[in-house]
Amino acid sequence: MTLDARRARIGRRPGFVLPAVYWAVIAVTLVPIVAMIAYSFNVAPNHRITFVWHGFTLDYYRHLTDLSGLWQAFVVSVTIAVLSALISVVVGLPLALALDRYRFRGRSLVWGIVFVDISAPSIVVGAASLSFFLTVNLHTGFLSILLVHVAFNIAYVVVTLRARLSGMGTVLEEAAGDLGARPLNAFFTITVPLLMPGIVAAFMLALTMSIDDYVITSFVAGSSTTFPLFVYGAKTGMPPQVLCFGTIIFVAGALLALLNGALNRKSSF
Amino acid sequence: MSVPYALALLGAAWMIVLFLIPLISQLSVSLMTGDPETGFNLTWNFGIYAELFGPGAAVPYALFLGRALLFGSIATIITILVGYPVAYFLAFRAPQRWKTPLLSLVVMSLLVSFIIRTYMWGFILGGHGPILTWLRELHLAGPDFHILGTAGAVIGGLAYNSFPYMVLPIYAVLERIDRSMFEASADLYASPRVGFFRTTLPLSRAGIFSGILLVFIDSVGDPVNSQLLGGKTTYMIGQAIQDAYLSQQQYNVAAALSTVLMLALGVILLAYARFIGTDNIEDLA
Repeated sequence: MTLDARRARIGRRPGFVLPAVYWAVIAVTLVPIVAMIAYSFNVAPNHRITFVWHGFTLDYYRHLTDLSGLWQAFVVSVTIAVLSALISVVVGLPLALALDRYRFRGRSLVWGIVFVDISAPSIVVGAASLSFFLTVNLHTGFLSILLVHVAFNIAYVVVTLRARLSGMGTVLEEAAGDLGARPLNAFFTITVPLLMPGIVAAFMLALTMSIDDYVITSFVAGSSTTFPLFVYGAKTGMPPQVLCFGTIIFVAGALLALLNGALNRKSSF
Repeated sequence: MSVPYALALLGAAWMIVLFLIPLISQLSVSLMTGDPETGFNLTWNFGIYAELFGPGAAVPYALFLGRALLFGSIATIITILVGYPVAYFLAFRAPQRWKTPLLSLVVMSLLVSFIIRTYMWGFILGGHGPILTWLRELHLAGPDFHILGTAGAVIGGLAYNSFPYMVLPIYAVLERIDRSMFEASADLYASPRVGFFRTTLPLSRAGIFSGILLVFIDSVGDPVNSQLLGGKTTYMIGQAIQDAYLSQQQYNVAAALSTVLMLALGVILLAYARFIGTDNIEDLA
């Protein structure tokens, strides 16, 4: 075989194995999602979902907030997610800057903590946090959930922003400085706008991590209930409204992703 | 105070007070004795580790830990075996303009709450679910055959839930590989197979390692899949920690279990990093 023929084979080997694996995986991915959406429309005789199809209904969407506790749990989850994402971005951005732009004593120690924070298993983080709150006698509840969510979100924010910062360089900030801008001024007029996609990504990641966390929250929630805790508590039978909430979150998330994709596509031309 | 310290102060302090100190103080909680009624006191009871994990332990925690490590390992291997081809397809075979949508489909399940996803699997695989009903109708399964409560169901759940976390880092690394490497390997008369094993796979090591970190650690500690999809024979260390803390309120026991889990994972992953290797530890996250 000639060299050219060999080269031509690279990357263009016709094959059906890889696409077949890919689509099989997507099909499996879809199974619980489709089931969730479909059964949110099924009549549930005892207000618990059943496999038997009792007929199509929109009732549970109309009476979303009727189920006692679910709406409150959802509000708690969203509030904690938004607050913890905001705080972790505000606190994590300066930390990411320090780690990316400066060499200082203790830098590798802080990196080490970020790394362990991300990789520690949730169950250990949850148990350790509860040990700590019991030791210092802090009453567990909304505040302790928020404190702990920020603690794990900072690490995600730092890693996300650091990746953006290291690709950005400091040339534009230096140019602003040469033109007489004060460092703080240059930061807000140059660095922050350039970093905006990274900040949005970090915020969204933190939001997702917080709103979906069950394991850590189960330890530090005290008498508060978040959405995942409420759903988990319904083990003996799932109220159909839970599936409605799940479907609404899924559809909203998918629409946001589509919108984001459309905007990116547009801006790349 | 100099600039970097001022910038780092708040974030570092938050992580130290609310993550690092709890992690370390857990060690001291594990050495306490007492009960929920009268409170716990630090008595440097190192014996608890032997008591919980030694031979003749009242509850077989060593078995729960071993089972968790086994299930977690199998789930991790499954995600690599399935996730690598998916990442490879996305990086090298998918048309450029379809890459983002095809990648989004892989992470789509993350838009559904983890607990709902797992619960729905239990719903589908359960005794009245469609899978078992069809299998019985086709006479492929007897009336006693069940899926829920088996090790397979728990491992499948773990693999399903962590799958995107394996694909994403491998994809990110494959995307960054310089395509001229493939030409070089072909120029040197490597067959596609040899080219893959000598070029692509070694170059994607860091991605596989990140994926293993994400998937293995949370699978081993996970209490949810074994609770919702498993049964008595699949009881894992994560459930044991949760039960010891939240139902039995044996804080010292829970802290000791959690410390041992953390150490076991640390040792295994360090050994992996040492022998199979990764290039850059800051790449991991």
